[in-house]
Amino acid sequence: MNAHNSVSRRALLTGGLAGGFLLAFHLPLRAAANEPVQRDVTDGKFAPNAFIRIDGTGRTVLMMPQVEMGQGTYTSISAVIAEELDADWSKVEVQHAPPNDKLYGNPTFGLQVTGNSNSIRAWWLPLRKAGATARAMLVQAAASQWGVEPASCTASKGVVTHAASGRTLGYGELALAAQGQTPPKDVAVKDPKDFVLIGQPLKRLDTPDKVNGKALYGIDAILPGMKIAAIANCPVFGGKVGKVDDSAATKVAGVRKVVVLDDAVAVIGDHMWAATKGLEALKIEWNEGPNAEITTKDIWDDLRKASQKDGAVAKSDGDIAKALASGDRFEAAFELPFLAHASMEPINATVHVRPDACEIWTGTQIMTRVQSEAAKAAGLPVDKVIVNQHLLGGGFGRKLEPDMAVAAVKIAKQVDYPVKVVWTREEDIQHDVYRPVYRDQITASLVDGKVAGWKYKVAGSAVLARWLPPAFQKGIDIDAIDAAVDAPYDFANFHVEYVRAEPLSVPTGFWRGVGPNNNVFAVECAMDELARKAGKDPIEFRKSMLTKNPRMLAVLNQVAEKSGWGQPLPPRVGRGVCVQPSFASFIATVVEAEIDDIGEITLRRVTSVVDTGIAVNPDTVKAQIEGGLIFGLTAALYGEITIDKGRVQQSNFHDYRMMRINETPKIEVVVVKSGEAPGGIGEAGVNAGPPALRNAIYAATGVALRRLPIDRKLLAAGKKA
Amino acid sequence: MHMATTLTINGETKSFDAPPDMPLLWVLRDILGMTGTKFGCGIAQCGACTVHVDGKAVRSCVLPVSAVANRAITTIEHVGSTPAGAKVQKAWLDAEVVQCGYCQSGQIMAAAALLAATPNPDDSDIDAAMAGNICRCGTYVRIREAIKHAANGRQS
Amino acid sequence: MRILGSLVVIAIVVAGLAVWIIRGPGPLDFAAGPKVALADYRAGKPTGVPAKLEKAGIVERGEYIAKAADCMVCHTKPGEKDYSGGLAFKLPFGTLYSTNITPDKDTGIGNYSDQDFLNAVQHGKRRDGARLYPAMPYTSYTFMTDEDVLAVKAYLFSLPAVRAKAPDNTLSFPFNQRWAMIVWSAVFNPDTRFTPDTSKSPEWNRGAYLAEALAHCGECHTPRNLGFALDNRKKFAGAITAGWRAFNISSDKATGLGNWSDKDLIAYLSLGHAPGHGSASGPMGEAVDHSFSQFAPEDISSIIAYLRSVPPQPSPDLPATTAPVAPASHREGVTADARGKKVFASACASCHGWSGESPVSPMATLTGTWAVNDPAATNVAQIVISGTKRHTPDGALSMPAFGNAYTDDEIAAVANYVTARFGAKGSKLTAKDVAELRGQTAE
Repeated sequence: MNAHNSVSRRALLTGGLAGGFLLAFHLPLRAAANEPVQRDVTDGKFAPNAFIRIDGTGRTVLMMPQVEMGQGTYTSISAVIAEELDADWSKVEVQHAPPNDKLYGNPTFGLQVTGNSNSIRAWWLPLRKAGATARAMLVQAAASQWGVEPASCTASKGVVTHAASGRTLGYGELALAAQGQTPPKDVAVKDPKDFVLIGQPLKRLDTPDKVNGKALYGIDAILPGMKIAAIANCPVFGGKVGKVDDSAATKVAGVRKVVVLDDAVAVIGDHMWAATKGLEALKIEWNEGPNAEITTKDIWDDLRKASQKDGAVAKSDGDIAKALASGDRFEAAFELPFLAHASMEPINATVHVRPDACEIWTGTQIMTRVQSEAAKAAGLPVDKVIVNQHLLGGGFGRKLEPDMAVAAVKIAKQVDYPVKVVWTREEDIQHDVYRPVYRDQITASLVDGKVAGWKYKVAGSAVLARWLPPAFQKGIDIDAIDAAVDAPYDFANFHVEYVRAEPLSVPTGFWRGVGPNNNVFAVECAMDELARKAGKDPIEFRKSMLTKNPRMLAVLNQVAEKSGWGQPLPPRVGRGVCVQPSFASFIATVVEAEIDDIGEITLRRVTSVVDTGIAVNPDTVKAQIEGGLIFGLTAALYGEITIDKGRVQQSNFHDYRMMRINETPKIEVVVVKSGEAPGGIGEAGVNAGPPALRNAIYAATGVALRRLPIDRKLLAAGKKA
Repeated sequence: MHMATTLTINGETKSFDAPPDMPLLWVLRDILGMTGTKFGCGIAQCGACTVHVDGKAVRSCVLPVSAVANRAITTIEHVGSTPAGAKVQKAWLDAEVVQCGYCQSGQIMAAAALLAATPNPDDSDIDAAMAGNICRCGTYVRIREAIKHAANGRQS
Repeated sequence: MRILGSLVVIAIVVAGLAVWIIRGPGPLDFAAGPKVALADYRAGKPTGVPAKLEKAGIVERGEYIAKAADCMVCHTKPGEKDYSGGLAFKLPFGTLYSTNITPDKDTGIGNYSDQDFLNAVQHGKRRDGARLYPAMPYTSYTFMTDEDVLAVKAYLFSLPAVRAKAPDNTLSFPFNQRWAMIVWSAVFNPDTRFTPDTSKSPEWNRGAYLAEALAHCGECHTPRNLGFALDNRKKFAGAITAGWRAFNISSDKATGLGNWSDKDLIAYLSLGHAPGHGSASGPMGEAVDHSFSQFAPEDISSIIAYLRSVPPQPSPDLPATTAPVAPASHREGVTADARGKKVFASACASCHGWSGESPVSPMATLTGTWAVNDPAATNVAQIVISGTKRHTPDGALSMPAFGNAYTDDEIAAVANYVTARFGAKGSKLTAKDVAELRGQTAE
């Protein structure tokens, strides 16, 4: 193992409160300087695979192949392993896994990546098997010690029992012997009815340190001799540094060094204050390059033009041309803006470049790529780059990029001490990889009150083509059309196309909710307009086309009931619905909103019913939907990054607005019991909010918005679309 | 220009050199190594950096260190030793408020100051005290619930 | 013929009378003491630089005078090179752009002779003969001595030449007719150098020169007449300029500076903040940062001595006294305007507090400021829209510009809430008012 993870250490036992489970572990209290880094040591331990380490005391360390950025995955993954391991939950500790695609690569991607709501979905069976295999080896070890058949032994809460003789052995006592056992070839996993951890609202393992200031995010790394750097990236995308006059900056108290990179300038100081003041005192002339005049309008002109082209066909069932030629025709284009991620923890990375190695402390969704890209920047072999993973103060897709680590390596190369590079919020907003602008065109025909033909053309950036080139094939970005091809409805004639259109100069990336973001919005907005055209209630209209989708239909029925659908409302108050099968979860959502006479929106109530299959931790599922809804509604209400003179115009929370507690409605999330394999849950709520709100506005005002964010000027009393 | 400064933080006296206009946030994080107080925006728009000054919630990212000499500063690391802080932390765990957790130091500090001043806050009190704190994970519903829970716990 | 002659005479008399009525008194006429040519004034030296710079070279002296005359703010577009021009002045009838006054020969003033420069600064006449619009305050600068004007020129010519062509003005007819400025200038430019008043102290005379010839206080603080020139009958009574309200700086006790202590005035001018009176922002913030904060202390005192002599002019729309500190709890005090309160709780309370006394900086305290006591709420709305960014000796003072992400309705609501909660009388701004204010702001 050539890379090391930051510590996970057991600090204290705290009483777990729900379900009578004891919490027994803590995430890193102090990284780096303050405590020795704990390595993944396997000597003297039962280490049957990359995920499980049990020492002689029974201390059970689980290595986390996915990262914790708020979605609760450390707790859920631990529960999945511990369930099959029959571990003593109170003795379980988690540790960030080191970068290693072979050992820890997400089975779907073959990369150690956390994204696409894919942690539990992809690891569900592999980790259960890992746990069950380890359990079988522990049982074998006990059985051979006792000279009995393994089948006559049972395991529970970290103890193997031979009921017939009343003998017991703890996992700690069995650790050494178990290490010598041959792993069984094909081990059986539990019947879900026997689950004791999965399905319980287990208390999250990462939260105790998050309420007392001890949890360590990348930005909290502290190392001996470390200095802090603030960075100014070229304000125009693609621009370079021209001349730098650092005479005033170097006179700022506490400034140590000014580092000039190709496309950025950094000031290293004793603390962030010195670094930012030094940066302000710099006189930088940028070579802005060819993008210096680009505006949002140019980008939209391009996209609208590109969207007129025929796209690559992603799916085509039936005879779409014929279907669209008959019936009542509907045509609409839906447009979505650029969005920044704005995770609460601003972008940062800490790097120490030594003559023979490079060590990085950061919180990333893509450890191995950070490692390999940092190696290139440092001019070192990959095995000389150590990545210490931290908790993420939000990821949302921004931290699927290694750019912050690469820039930090380039800066740290110029000094011999460790440097923590912290981006101001302004840099964070203005140098993001943005959720692309999309233009989604839907053409449909109605016959007998049902959709007879459905043609859906997505136009926008192919994030996947940049991020994972092999996945971009035949001109189709499978992310951008994800929920377009997986529409939940029975459309007999169904056609999906994709036009790749990269926005001028603006870098694009994955943004929480990913491709389904644009698809669910377009589909559900179109469905509402079609329902009105057909003279039908929006839910009844959808139900008539969900006959082959019982899980979708069931949550829709339930949300209608829970939300009070159909009950009378005051004037200018409306309910809107959204159904979506994204990330293999089935979710139906109703938003109830009031639009006052000047077009201001008050969210009154949101109801979501979720069938995510087996909910590993139902409370986490609820929390993710609640938070995802707010994330999506924030975008619908306020989110838009605009470009002028090649620069992002927004810079901080005063002009890139976030929903706040005084705008938050009541939210009720119902998690349906299900025996299906778990679906993804971290992103689905994001996609539900915007179309459901838009449809509520449509119901309340008659205005059919086709663009986000919501333009309140269109909603003043008396306006009709 | 650096100046010798002495502050009372969490009941302890801390002396260090810092420019007088340096915000308390960076003194805490980069000079004193107290990283529980978070940097979010630097312009008092998100509340991640909230600390208590004489028991009141204040944004440390815009608070010059020269303004707080002789005043009692409490941070997230120590708020659990105040009655309101302890109740809030417990309520936060009971209601499972936290997701990524980055904003929660500030949320907890704001909520603890609210409860210390207003033992039984209603929704309007919660809005007034908490609207300055952004949570990007969207934990607002549970924050409200936890504050009420903490307040009820106080009564019982 | 005779009748015709009489008519001509009458017409001339009427026109003269009209000019006299419209023009009104000059900026220094209120003092009314005996005047003496500058060369004959022996009591002190009202013009030029303060004593400490007496021996300095012309460039250094010119720099002081250029700063005292605050040339840079108008001649620099934010983010661009100093003095390279291009700043937009949004007027009701179009947009004017300031010129590049760096010594660049093509786009700046590199080809200006001394006389060309004097013509521009004192007479409003461009090198090519075209007339300047009075956005350039040459009716004030005309009081400057030739020596001081040329020192400014020497300073400007010592700076790096910047090639930057300002955009063309977009004025509508008839305002795009530059020739009309010949008439305007003839009527409104006193076209005279400063003459000391022997009945006043040397300090007053220095203050008068600084305030009138250089700092051009009246350009913002004196209301304008129908001819868009300063109406000195209401000297320093306050006015709206570039969408901001420049408050009354006459000696009126209730609504002017009459009750300000010297200490407060010194602090306000040199630091941009006086306890209980708030902080300078908008154009005044820029004037403090780039001009007054650079003044020698004796020059600040001179200006104050002069300001105190300006006759009181009441501002009847302002309350006689500013409102006291608001209650600490959001529940007490003004509770109406739910939308305004919501915005205030979200975006404002962190810095300004529910009481109006800032928990983070005295500079952010609202209590006692004219801005929140102005029932028109002009500056409250304006600072919410545009924000402020200033550098004071105590560090940076800034407020973000909320105008791009908050609607006109929200900004009107929060301005109404703020003036009602922290001021003597709440405003009644509408979204339309806010939209208009947005339109008036310079960049």
